[in-house]
Amino acid sequence: MLSKAKLWLSLALSTLLFWSAGLHAAWDLNMPRGVTQMSRDTYDLHMTIFWWVVAIGVVVFGAMLWSIINHRKSKGVKPATFHESTKVEIVWTLIPFLILIAMAIPATRVLTAAYDTTESELDVQIIGYQWRWEYRYMRDNMDEEEVSFFSVLATSREEINNGVEKTENYLLEVDRPLVIPTNTKVRFLMTSADVIHAWWVPDFAIKKDTIPGFINETWVIVEEPGIYRGQCAELCGMEHGFMPIEVHALAPADFQAWYEEQQAGVRQIRELAAAEMTMADAMAQGEQIYNRNCVACHQPGGVGMPPVFPALVGSAKAIGDTAVTMDTLVNGVPGTAMAAYGRQLNPIELAAIITYVRNGFGNSAGDVVQPADVNAYIQEGQ
Amino acid sequence: MSNDVAPRNNKTVVRKLLLAVVGMFAFGFALVPLYDVICDLTGLNGKTGGRVAEAEAGLLLDEQRQITVQFMAHHNAEMGWAFEPSVAQITVKPGEVNVVSYRVTNPRTTVMVGQAIPSVAPNAAAAHLNKIECFCFEEQLLQPGESADMPIRFFVDPEIPASITKLTLSYTLYDITEKSNKAQAVAIR
Amino acid sequence: MSAAHDHHHGPAKGLSRWLYTTNHKDIGSLYLWFSFAMFLLGGTFALVIRAELFQPGLQFVEPNFFNQMTTMHGLVMVFGAVMPAFVGLANWMIPLMIGAPDMALPRMNNWSFWILPFAFAMMVSTMFMEGGGPNFGWTFYAPLSTTYAPPSTTFFIFAVHIMGASSIMGSINVIATILNMRAPGMTLMKMPLFVWTWLITAYLLIAVMPVLAGVVTMMLFDIHFGTSFFNAAGGGDPVLFQHLFWFFGHPEVNIMILHAFGVVSAIIPTFARKRLFGYDSMVYATASIAFLSFIVWAHHMFTVGMPLAGQLFFMYATMLIAVPTGVKVFNWVATMFRGAMTFETPMLFAIAFVVLFTIGGFTGVMLAITPVDFQYHDTYFVVAHFHYVLVPGAVFSIMAATYYWLPKWTGYMYDETLGKLHFWLSFIGVNLLFFPQHFLGLAGMPRRIPDYALQFANFNWISSVGGFLFGFSQLILLFVVIKCVKGGKKATDQVWEGAQGLEWTVPSPAPYHTFETPPDPKLIHAQ
Repeated sequence: MLSKAKLWLSLALSTLLFWSAGLHAAWDLNMPRGVTQMSRDTYDLHMTIFWWVVAIGVVVFGAMLWSIINHRKSKGVKPATFHESTKVEIVWTLIPFLILIAMAIPATRVLTAAYDTTESELDVQIIGYQWRWEYRYMRDNMDEEEVSFFSVLATSREEINNGVEKTENYLLEVDRPLVIPTNTKVRFLMTSADVIHAWWVPDFAIKKDTIPGFINETWVIVEEPGIYRGQCAELCGMEHGFMPIEVHALAPADFQAWYEEQQAGVRQIRELAAAEMTMADAMAQGEQIYNRNCVACHQPGGVGMPPVFPALVGSAKAIGDTAVTMDTLVNGVPGTAMAAYGRQLNPIELAAIITYVRNGFGNSAGDVVQPADVNAYIQEGQ
Repeated sequence: MSNDVAPRNNKTVVRKLLLAVVGMFAFGFALVPLYDVICDLTGLNGKTGGRVAEAEAGLLLDEQRQITVQFMAHHNAEMGWAFEPSVAQITVKPGEVNVVSYRVTNPRTTVMVGQAIPSVAPNAAAAHLNKIECFCFEEQLLQPGESADMPIRFFVDPEIPASITKLTLSYTLYDITEKSNKAQAVAIR
Repeated sequence: MSAAHDHHHGPAKGLSRWLYTTNHKDIGSLYLWFSFAMFLLGGTFALVIRAELFQPGLQFVEPNFFNQMTTMHGLVMVFGAVMPAFVGLANWMIPLMIGAPDMALPRMNNWSFWILPFAFAMMVSTMFMEGGGPNFGWTFYAPLSTTYAPPSTTFFIFAVHIMGASSIMGSINVIATILNMRAPGMTLMKMPLFVWTWLITAYLLIAVMPVLAGVVTMMLFDIHFGTSFFNAAGGGDPVLFQHLFWFFGHPEVNIMILHAFGVVSAIIPTFARKRLFGYDSMVYATASIAFLSFIVWAHHMFTVGMPLAGQLFFMYATMLIAVPTGVKVFNWVATMFRGAMTFETPMLFAIAFVVLFTIGGFTGVMLAITPVDFQYHDTYFVVAHFHYVLVPGAVFSIMAATYYWLPKWTGYMYDETLGKLHFWLSFIGVNLLFFPQHFLGLAGMPRRIPDYALQFANFNWISSVGGFLFGFSQLILLFVVIKCVKGGKKATDQVWEGAQGLEWTVPSPAPYHTFETPPDPKLIHAQ
């Protein structure tokens, strides 16, 4: 919390900033039409209903306004004495009913189409975590390299805390976007590893809850290549506002190239994980990972927010037995917000972040944890 | 209404209303099993059931259709086990009994108990995917470093809607070590 | 007053008067003051939210505290401000309207009020506990509110239990009063609509409050006793929580608005100097809305992945609510039509209610359309919708009721100039506050986020300005009420030229005991 004077100053400054930031600040009044047949149908339905209610509003508010202007005591009118009319009441029960039927018909058609998940060409699993998304591309057989990755907010903490100027895609940018082909029926299978989240991209008119223990499905055919952004729509805890969705739609050939590149990347990491890592490399990579994944809770400088989020500086778990640090990072701490990173980060990244936690913020365990050690730990628990 | 009638009336009214309150409280709890029944009937949220004997006897086989069954493995965020299906997908005929297994490893240094929770998409298919045998029917106890292959025997009921050509069976693995009787038994030993 | 009955004394003096009172007017006042205090508290939480959302970036509060603010704002406003205000109005007005000497169960009445402050003290105190207070939204979806909840959740659960008990006792009292205590000649179809809406909603409360109690009890068991009602790991289902919650929650939101219908149906005829149009159909419409409110709950859950048939059923049922609601709005307009209207503060609030509530109803119809709801769901469009229904809806009706009956309660006329100032500032403030939120939601801003993308900056800024304007305007109401309690122009018995009904036949201020002998049946007219 700021002091009072600071508060007023920041309010005044922000007012100025606000007007100067007019470039970013749009005046969007309506829903996007989007880039799928479903989103356009949804938009059209939205506008149809909107004009219906506007028309009803004009009639009702018009009648009311007319009465207010003309039937006021100051004009010397005598009040009428009528107080019921079965005929009129039947009419204004029936007319709205008919209007509702007119609305329900197109609504039913669009909804039925939204439920048709058959004949998909690509299936992607979407898994919600506090507070990141995981995307896994479904394979035809288990021998193929699995393309799967976590997608984490890329906006820096300095931007959020007003330390530096906010950039165009503030809070809507991720480190690794979901990539899908255009003009292809992509089926999403959604679940969650902890609480309920909701995956939402307005341009696709898709919003679906990800529910722990259950899978939901939906589908999309994106027609235009481009970058589409969305956010988690279901309150999922502290960082609910900070788990955006970014989808890159590529032409099918480009998508195929990207996909093969990812598979090659999986092979490459497998090889690299066998190589030795230096302290300098580990610390540099570790810092990046820390700033992306850890800083929200453990805070810059590893000071934490006790008692909920413990400090890392001088923490026994950080500087004690290597296996304990490794266990904490790989498996998380059950019953707390500390997630298991064993599947979220690859062995190289894990080795780097473990080394960083043990040797950053003035901690001095002194050892460099190697990707091979991490691999051994994950596979054998040693 | 005279004043001396009112109090007696009040008592009856209050008694009836309190009964309604208790009834509605109980109704709230009754909704829990009721919801399960509705889920079983509609396949809502991927709960499954079925005609096992006929399928085992091969009476349900439909040679004309082919359905792709995909397998997925998920973990609850706190569950540290390695867990994946042995195959990504198989093609089955309705009524045909198939076996698929999932491989699971406990990499941690303690005994742990896991529970797999199944779910099926699309939900219209869930009522037609019948598991005869499934590791999800029971808790799984693994020693430190232990691995296991866990089978599931299942068939797809031929009454599955014709529009469905692909369905997905997902398992989410939970760590239930603390709640489990098995783990307690181990601890006592 | 008859001297033969020795319990016919005036109010006791000092604190004990309020602690031990069984007088419906005293208890009504207690409820209303408590509700106003909670309104200011919940409003303060809202202003913290609007201050944080004034511009992009985190300025004042941490995200976790922000979530506590949204949660506490919702809980305090729904259970602390709106519901008790209507119970207060019921206590004051129902006996006066039906010619009864008091509520049927005066001692229970006292108890149902006095447990409320304890419930709220317990709930607010959770914010000072380790790990903070409830941060999972007023809808407290599992498993965020069970497995992943702060330790203080147990106290939150007990607080909800106590509030529920208070509501249930209040409802039993209202039903017993209306069924048993009506003056001779006061037949059901002659009762003022406010009495009717309360009778119907009291039954609704009795039906759904125990379900809420059941839900939080299940949460308690999941948290402390290892059951798995809402935990998939043990065979439970988090979606079941939402079904149970909204089985309570949807009737609950209808309860809040049905009372408001009753208030507005009393005020508009008075200031239009014309009988309420279509009294019978108003009663039937209220009953239909109450019935429909039981079969539409899942429209809050269109994105959880229900089967198609379920989605369609809940869509159609929800759309149907528009019919009886429309009948009500048309009837109010028809009441104004060819009346002789004057525009004192209660009437201004009532007219604003009709217009702004109808706007909330329109967005309600839009939200009912399932495929489009996929876009609206959990965005600021929903926030705008339910705030239009609840703030310029329910809250405006409470303010209208306050101005309307204040002279009867205090014996003095309130300051009309200040009343109108309060109305206009509130009216402008509330629209600045909530109208831009429609645009924010359509443009894609999710609800319950402490920080947002830059394209949402403009309308958030406007909304925050409106929020502060609306919030601080409420201090005028406080001032007007205190001033009116202290004195002013003497009010006549009838107070308003066009006012009809038994409450206007007793002196102003209404004596401590009224209708100890039933009123003359000739005074009871058809509505």
